[in-house]
Amino acid sequence: MHIVIIGNGIAGVSTARFLRKGSDARITIISAESPYHVARTALMYAYMGDLRPSDLKPYEDDFWPKNRLDLIQDTVTHVDIEAGAINLLAGGRMHYDILVLATGSRPNRFGWKGEYAHGVQGLYSMQDLTSMEVATEGIQSAAVIGGGLIGIEMAEMLRVRRIDVHLLVREQAYMDYLFSADESELIHQEIRRHGVQLHLGTELDAIETDSEDRAVAVHTTSGERLATRFVGLAVGVHPNVDLARQSGIETGKGILITNTFETSAPGVYAVGDCAEFREPLAHGRRIEQLWYSGRRQGRTLGRLLAGGTDAYSAPLFFNSAKFFDLEYHTYGDVPPHETDEVVCRQWKAGRHLIRTAAERSTGRILGVNGLGVRLRQEVAASMIRRGQDAAITPARLKTLLFEPEFFQADTTQIAEALSS
Amino acid sequence: MTTTHRSISLVDGPLIDVTINRIVAALLVVAALLSVVAALQIWPFKPTTSIALAALLVFSAATLWVSKNSAWHPTRFHHKGAAILTGLGLVGMLVSIAGAGIAWPMLMFWLGIGATTAGTTWMIAARYTDGAHGLDNHGTMTNPVTNRGASGWMLGIVMTGFYVLIYWYPAALEGLTKTTDPLSWLMRGKAADHWFMYSLVYSLAVVVMGVRALYKYRHVRYQTIRTWSVMLVQLLLAFILPSILVLFQQPEFYFSYFWPLKWTYLWPGDYGIGWILADGGRTGVFMIFWGAMMSFVATPILTYFYGKRWYCSWVCGCGAMAETLGDPYRHLAPRSTDSWRLERWMIHGVLVIIILATALLWINSATEGALFGGFSGAVAKTYGFIFGSIWAGVIGVGFYPFLGTRIWCRFGCPMAAILGLQQRFFSRFRITTNGAQCISCGNCSAYCEMGIDVRWYAQRGQNIVRASCVGCGICSTVCPRGVLKLENGPTEGRLNGPVLIDRDEVDLIDLPEYR
Ligand SMILES: Cc1cc2nc3c(=O)[nH]c(=O)nc-3n(C[C@H](O)[C@H](O)[C@H](O)COP(=O)(O)OP(=O)(O)OC[C@H]3O[C@@H](n4cnc5c(N)ncnc54)[C@H](O)[C@@H]3O)c2cc1C
Ligand code: SF4
Ligand code: SF4
Repeated sequence: MHIVIIGNGIAGVSTARFLRKGSDARITIISAESPYHVARTALMYAYMGDLRPSDLKPYEDDFWPKNRLDLIQDTVTHVDIEAGAINLLAGGRMHYDILVLATGSRPNRFGWKGEYAHGVQGLYSMQDLTSMEVATEGIQSAAVIGGGLIGIEMAEMLRVRRIDVHLLVREQAYMDYLFSADESELIHQEIRRHGVQLHLGTELDAIETDSEDRAVAVHTTSGERLATRFVGLAVGVHPNVDLARQSGIETGKGILITNTFETSAPGVYAVGDCAEFREPLAHGRRIEQLWYSGRRQGRTLGRLLAGGTDAYSAPLFFNSAKFFDLEYHTYGDVPPHETDEVVCRQWKAGRHLIRTAAERSTGRILGVNGLGVRLRQEVAASMIRRGQDAAITPARLKTLLFEPEFFQADTTQIAEALSS
Repeated sequence: MTTTHRSISLVDGPLIDVTINRIVAALLVVAALLSVVAALQIWPFKPTTSIALAALLVFSAATLWVSKNSAWHPTRFHHKGAAILTGLGLVGMLVSIAGAGIAWPMLMFWLGIGATTAGTTWMIAARYTDGAHGLDNHGTMTNPVTNRGASGWMLGIVMTGFYVLIYWYPAALEGLTKTTDPLSWLMRGKAADHWFMYSLVYSLAVVVMGVRALYKYRHVRYQTIRTWSVMLVQLLLAFILPSILVLFQQPEFYFSYFWPLKWTYLWPGDYGIGWILADGGRTGVFMIFWGAMMSFVATPILTYFYGKRWYCSWVCGCGAMAETLGDPYRHLAPRSTDSWRLERWMIHGVLVIIILATALLWINSATEGALFGGFSGAVAKTYGFIFGSIWAGVIGVGFYPFLGTRIWCRFGCPMAAILGLQQRFFSRFRITTNGAQCISCGNCSAYCEMGIDVRWYAQRGQNIVRASCVGCGICSTVCPRGVLKLENGPTEGRLNGPVLIDRDEVDLIDLPEYR
């Protein structure tokens, strides 16, 4: 039995790890990007000098031979479904009994003028990190397009190198489809405090280039021209379906899969960022593009391939991020503002904020956001799962907070704000 | 109903102000005490010197106060000025060593150690005052000073060289030692020896770099309080108090070190408790009693409740140095599984040696020399040479820029071995992992000074319970996703942690308190 996994991201590697726990099959992991699995979540720390490139590897190099996971760095150019084999760019063909596609995502580009010029790029892979290193060498100003999580990371990276940054955000307030006005405002303050020029409600129109096809300025939809030598594109990602599509595997936005990760081709599975569930999961999502979901999907698939039977189910939603120095935790569903069905309660002090959402009719807690405050996942999750009353007592608040010891907070006042 | 704004005393920006207020207050108190001492003429040194010192402290307090209250934005003048002053100080120290220190001790003290202290403090203030109030490890891995570049190597060689001279060729440092003479007379009523000079330099390093740690980690209260603790313990219990004891002709006893780290405190004979009893009389008896109580009663109790950290990163002088001067070097700790294996062999090996040595020396003493005869002194000397000098000093501190900060603590310290064994098997301390929030970024592992692969546990949703963890809390501080929390809690369920991503799912967990 030979199981071949294409992609050594978190989804592919989790599949391999959990498969190995329950199976003796031969496992090969192929990836074009890097010889070893790296945490792309930490790309920014390598650029900022917080981490060495080697720190990005979550496992020591001898982890792979110890677990008999064969690693190959190469690009897979074609899947021959009939023959059960793949072609490699370096030449050669490899037979598989089971194939797992864990090909991840690609950064979006929307057909802007100049979007392929020198100095214009997204941030997704190790190669992007290298090219960003080269493109930003000695420059004075840069623009980052996109008011999402990666956009703000790119802005921070550039600021650490003391490069002037224009951050273009389409929305009127940062991620206003997720955050309340107060929450967005905290993030705006944080962005500006770090010297970034924040352009809200502004989109990219075109990128101006010089005769050598180097970016020299961006033009915004509001008619402004901003001189920049580097343009970071952080306007979302899309599933990387190229290989699947040209090999005749059924795709939509992503590679279409069942809740046991089967694609339209027999013996071929897809997992992680690249996959799209045929039936929407809880909360209506079809594509999950997170580190956490990649890990969870990979674990489920690994167990299935090792003979397990449990299909995939989405967890209670959770996520976290960091906006410069402002940490963000979220659990469950917290809408940006109150609706007919949902009431919100909020406590805010300086750069610290907690907001809960509750069902209006029953008072059940639906979700909780923390900005500048660390929250304990198991407490938040179990409150939501149990449908507990959203009112938060000081005692419960103490278990909910995950701040380091000696954190000074008046729990009575916070609890009061979150209960009235 | 939805929005409630309240201002609550959460830790925030103003923290550094509070910190400075406290420093100012402390300086003024010491100045007042010195004035009283001068007025009553109870100090065996000229009152004018006390007054001069008090004036200096008042001046420093005033400078701090003014710099805090006027919006201070360090300009290039400050960065440059601080660098020049530091450079002058270093040159001053070299010139002192070359002989000037013997000719003009007081002058060279200020031009050497004094200027270096002032310059580095100024440099730190200029570097961090304007900084954002958040974690800043940027450039640590690319800066040659902190990442084994040419300047890092040079620094390491100088530091190692200093240790070699102090231990084996103290006469070479005579000039520098002499510059601390006036202070030694003031504090101890006798001339300085090289150990006094070393103690002073050590304490100043902890204090100055402690100020750096206070600035750098000002947004995390655990770190500020812990840094205050190591700074004050070093300054008061490991420098000022021993000096005062000497002044009053008592044994130079360190209340912050215990057996087996300070092995002689429970060894028989002249190199052990003998001299303490001989010099100290009844105070000596109390000292021995204190040491024994700390080793055998307080240590197990405190370690049970708080883990190893109560000592290693809150009290211990070696820890104080690692957490302050060593902070820029914590990422250099060897991190492979092999180094972990080596660590366990070595540290427990040293523990066995020290227990055997202690036991044999007592037997020898009880049987009046039947075991070693007069050789027990040689045993003590050999141990002191290998472990006290070479390992704890030369490699332990001198090698910071090469191997990170806790080489002694990890591979050699018998105290750490005992505390570690207890922490692993019988303690309420653990680092809790916050469910499945880890993104495997590796900041925690990179900055763990004990070379623990924290990420290995965190990414599996497993609690971290490791013998070597000194509870510095840096892994928690550097984590960008709020995944780690140092906690004391029930011993039940401590090892596995409440959540095992590998085995179970976060949101299906039944929390006892929510049942
Ligand atoms: C900068 C950045 C920060 C992020 N931060 C967070 C965060 O904080 N939290 C969070 O939850 N998520 C974060 N994400 C998202 C998260 O990293 C992704 O969801 C996750 O990495 C996807 O994992 P994957 O295994 O599905 O795919 P990927 O990690 O993309 O792995 C796919 C791999 O397959 C390889 N591959 C593709 N096609 C071929 C082929 N034909 N032949 C050979 N190899 C091929 C690619 O080279 C790649 O190495 C971040 C993403 C980025 C880019
Ligand atoms: S595990 Fe964390 S608290 Fe323990 S020594 Fe390492 S960094 Fe410090
Ligand atoms: S620093 Fe935090 S998120 Fe990063 S690997 Fe460690 S625990 Fe995980």
